[in-house]
Amino acid sequence: MFTIIRDLIRYNIEFAIGLAILLLLIGAVILSFFSPYPAADIYVVPPDMPPDAEFWFGTTSRGQDNFWQLVIALRNTFAFGLAVAFLSRILSLVVGLTAGYAGGRVDRVLMAINDSIMVIPHFPILVLFYFVLKDEMNWLMLVLILSALGWSYDARLIRSIAMSLRTRPFTTQSVYSGMSMRKILVEEHLPYVMPIVFATTMNNMIWSIGMEITLSVLGFTDVDTPTMGQIIYWANSHSALISGIWWWVAAPVVAIIVLFIGLFLLSMSMNEYIDPRSRLNRMGS
Amino acid sequence: MQTEALLHAPEAATQPTLVVERLKAYYTTKAFGIDRDIRAVDDISLTVAKGEIYGIAGESSSGKTSLIKTIVGAIRPPLHVVDGTVRFNFGGQSYNIYDLKPDKLQAIRWRHLSYIMQGSMNVLNPVRRIRHSFYDFAFAHMGLDSATFWDKVRDHLRRLDLDPGVLDSYPHQLSGGMRQRTTIALATVCTPEFIVADEPTTALDVIVQRDVLAMLRDIQRDLGSSFLFVTHDMSVHATVSDRVGIVYAGRLVEEADTPTLFRGARHPYTQHLVASLPKIGDTTRRASLPGRPPSLAEPPSGCRFHPRCPLAMDICSKEVPPMTNLTPRHRVACFAVSGATP
Amino acid sequence: MSLILDIDHVGKTFLQGGLLSRRSVEAVKDISLQIEAGKPEILSVVGESGSGKSTLAAMVLGQQLPTSGRVLFDGVDVASIRSSAARRAFMAKVQPVLQNPFEAFNPLKRVDRYLFATAANFMMAKGKPSRQEIEERVDRALVEVGLTLAEVRGRFPHELSGGQLQRTAIARALIPDPRLLVADEPVSMVDASLRMSIVNLFGALRDRLGLSIIYITHDLATAYYISDRIIIMKKGEVVERGNARAVLDNPQHPYSIALKNAVLTPDFA
Repeated sequence: MFTIIRDLIRYNIEFAIGLAILLLLIGAVILSFFSPYPAADIYVVPPDMPPDAEFWFGTTSRGQDNFWQLVIALRNTFAFGLAVAFLSRILSLVVGLTAGYAGGRVDRVLMAINDSIMVIPHFPILVLFYFVLKDEMNWLMLVLILSALGWSYDARLIRSIAMSLRTRPFTTQSVYSGMSMRKILVEEHLPYVMPIVFATTMNNMIWSIGMEITLSVLGFTDVDTPTMGQIIYWANSHSALISGIWWWVAAPVVAIIVLFIGLFLLSMSMNEYIDPRSRLNRMGS
Repeated sequence: MQTEALLHAPEAATQPTLVVERLKAYYTTKAFGIDRDIRAVDDISLTVAKGEIYGIAGESSSGKTSLIKTIVGAIRPPLHVVDGTVRFNFGGQSYNIYDLKPDKLQAIRWRHLSYIMQGSMNVLNPVRRIRHSFYDFAFAHMGLDSATFWDKVRDHLRRLDLDPGVLDSYPHQLSGGMRQRTTIALATVCTPEFIVADEPTTALDVIVQRDVLAMLRDIQRDLGSSFLFVTHDMSVHATVSDRVGIVYAGRLVEEADTPTLFRGARHPYTQHLVASLPKIGDTTRRASLPGRPPSLAEPPSGCRFHPRCPLAMDICSKEVPPMTNLTPRHRVACFAVSGATP
Repeated sequence: MSLILDIDHVGKTFLQGGLLSRRSVEAVKDISLQIEAGKPEILSVVGESGSGKSTLAAMVLGQQLPTSGRVLFDGVDVASIRSSAARRAFMAKVQPVLQNPFEAFNPLKRVDRYLFATAANFMMAKGKPSRQEIEERVDRALVEVGLTLAEVRGRFPHELSGGQLQRTAIARALIPDPRLLVADEPVSMVDASLRMSIVNLFGALRDRLGLSIIYITHDLATAYYISDRIIIMKKGEVVERGNARAVLDNPQHPYSIALKNAVLTPDFA
C-alpha cells in the first residue's frame, strides 16, 4: 500500500498536489476538535474584526471566530459529502452490476426504478421534504434523502460496463468454474468498474455539497450545525458583503474551491493508476 | 490449385522498389517508474524487387506488424526508429522515408505506396456509402476531374471482378469478404507501385480467402506492383509469395524463394514450422516446438531462438548469428547452418 | 446403447429488430446428432462463418435453449435444468474450451484462481474439500495437460504463452471429470509453432481419459488430422457427415467439395 502511494507521489504531480491539499484539509478537520469555542456559541469574541494576527480569518457579525467556525464547518461538510457518496455508491454498484449482469427481466425492472428516480428534480423535492418534515429535517435525514436521489445516473454507467463484461470470455469461464453471480460481480467485474466509481464519487460529492450549500443558504437546514452553507447563510442574513465583512463570505468560498480542487486531482490521478489498462501496462503485459 | 500458383519471374536488373537496411525500431515506455524497451524490430535488412511478392511470415508477437508499420512510416510514439534506413524507389526517384517532410510523405502515400491494414474490412466508414470512402482516400491523389475519376474507379472495380454497384452500398450491406475486396480495391485504385498487405485474409472463410488471394494476384499482374505480404499462415505464402522472409522475435532468421523455403529450409525454426503444419490426406504425427516465443521486452541473449533450438551450441547464447548467404537467393541466420567455428 | 449427448431435431431461430420490423434468422435448422457413451471420440464440426456451428455449441453447453427440438444430456433435457444444483451437476459433465486463451482469463487476476475455484466448487459431493485435496486435484489435472502447479501458480495471463494458457484452460475444464468437452476454435489463436501440441493433447485426452470432444473449427487440416467423425455445416444445416478421413478424402456434397478445394496447403508441389 505504501509503495503505491510513494510511487504515485514520485511520478504523478497531480496526485502529490491533491494529496497535499487533502492532508491540509484533514489537518484542519483534526484541528476543529480543539476549537476553544463550542460551535453554536455566539458573541464569544468581538464581532466584525478583520483578519489579523489574533483572529486569522477575522470574526463574524455574530461574534464568532471565523477560523474556528470554518474548520468545524469543514469537518461537517466533509463528513456529509463522504456519507452521501458512500451510501449512494453502494446503491449504484449493487443496482448497476446486477442489472448489467443479470439482464432480462431483472434488468428491466431495475432500470425502470432507476430511470424513475433519475428524472425526479432534486431541488424541488428537497424543498418539499423540508416543508413536510420541518423540524425533523436533520442532517441524517438529509444524508439519507440525497443518497436515495444520487445513485441513478451512475448506476447506468456501471451497468453498461457490466453488460460488456458479461460477454467477455472470462465471464463464461468463471461461470463454468462454478462461481456464483455474487462472486463473479465482486471479484471479477468490480476492478473494471472502480475507475468509474472513483470518477463518479467526485461528481457526487460536488453535487451533494452543492445541494447542501443551496439549502443552507436558503435556511432550509438545521441552523445549529455549522457547515459551509451555514456560514454563507449567516453571512447573508447579516448582509456581510454589503457591510464590508468580506472575510466572512470569502473564507468558506475559498475553502470549498480548495477542497474540490484537491478531491479532483486525487480522483483523476488515482483513476489513471487503477484503470485496468494502466495496471496491465505496469504488470508488463 | 498449385498449378495456377504464381510463378512469374519478377523483373530483374532494375532498381529494387524497397531497400531496408539494418532497421531497428523500439517501443519505449515509461510509466510509474518502470522503463521498458520493447525491441520489436531489431536489425532487419531486406530488399523487394519490382513486381515481386515478398512474404513475411512470423507468429504473433514476432514483431512483423511493427516491421511493416516502420517500413511504411506509419509509426507513432512510443514506437520509434532507433537506427537504419528505409528507402523506396518509385519511377526513378529514391525516397528515404524517414528523411521526408510530412507533406512529401503524404504525397507518396496512396499514390505510390499503399497499406492494406489488418482488419481492413472495418476500415470503411459505417455510416457513409462506400463512394465517399473512395472520394476521401483517392480523389486528391489522382488529380483528375470528377467524371474521369469515377470512370476510373468503376473501371478498376470491374477489372477486379467487383460490381460497381458497391459504391452505392453501405459497408454493413456487404459480407466480410466483399468488404475486404472493396477495401483492397480502394487501396489500389491509384495504381500504387508498392502495396503492403497485413493479414488480408485472416478472419476470412476459406472460400472467400481464395477469392481475395486471386484478386491480389490479378492486381499484381495488372499493375506490376511489388507486394509486401504479411501473414502467419504458411499455406498462404506457399500459394502467393515469390520469396518469403521468416521473422522471429524481431529478427529475420531465414529468407528464400518459396520453393526453396518449403522444400529445403535450413533454419531449425523454419524447418519445424513447415513440418508441423497438418495437411489433408496426411495423417503422420505432427509435433510442435518446445518452449514459447520470447518476450520482445526481454529477449534471450545471442540468437533469440537458442532456448528452443535442437541444434543450439555454446556460441548461440553469446553472439547474434549474422545473415549469411547459402546461395545468392537464400539467406540464413544460424551458426549451426552457416558453419560458425565455436 | 446409451447416449451421452442426443441432439434431437434441434433448431434455433433468432428474432432481430424492434416492434415494427422483425426479422427471424434461422441459425440452426433441424440438426440431429448423437454421441454414444463408452465410445470416446473427437467429433469435428466444420463450417464457415454463419454456418451455425457456434450456435450449436452454445446449445450443447446450455448457454442457449433451442427453439425447436431437444438437447438431451445423459437422458436429461437441457431445457429442464433450472435449479443451481442441477446446473452445477450439468456443468460437471460438460465443460467448454474457449477460443481466445488470453480473453478466457481475466487479465487482472491470477490464473490459478480459476483452477482452485473449479476444484472447490465441484468437489462438494463429499463435503467441503480441504486445501490439500483441492491442490491435489488441480495438480492432477495440470499434469494431464503437460503442465505442473509450480509453473502456473501465482501467474498472470500475460506471463504465459498462448499455448500454456490454453492448456491451463483445458486443465481447468478437466477438473470436474467431465464426459464431454466442447472446444470452439481452440487453436485458431495459438501460435503455429505451439498449435499442434494442443491438437495432439486432445487426442491424448480422448485415449487416456475416455473423454469425448466436440471440436469446432473452420480449419479442415487439423480436423482431418485429429478427428474421428466430422460434420460439415452450411447455413444451419448439416450437408455431410461421417468418418473424418473418409469424408475429407472423398467429399460427396458439392459444398464439401468446394470447401476442400479452397483449402490451401503448406506445400510446394
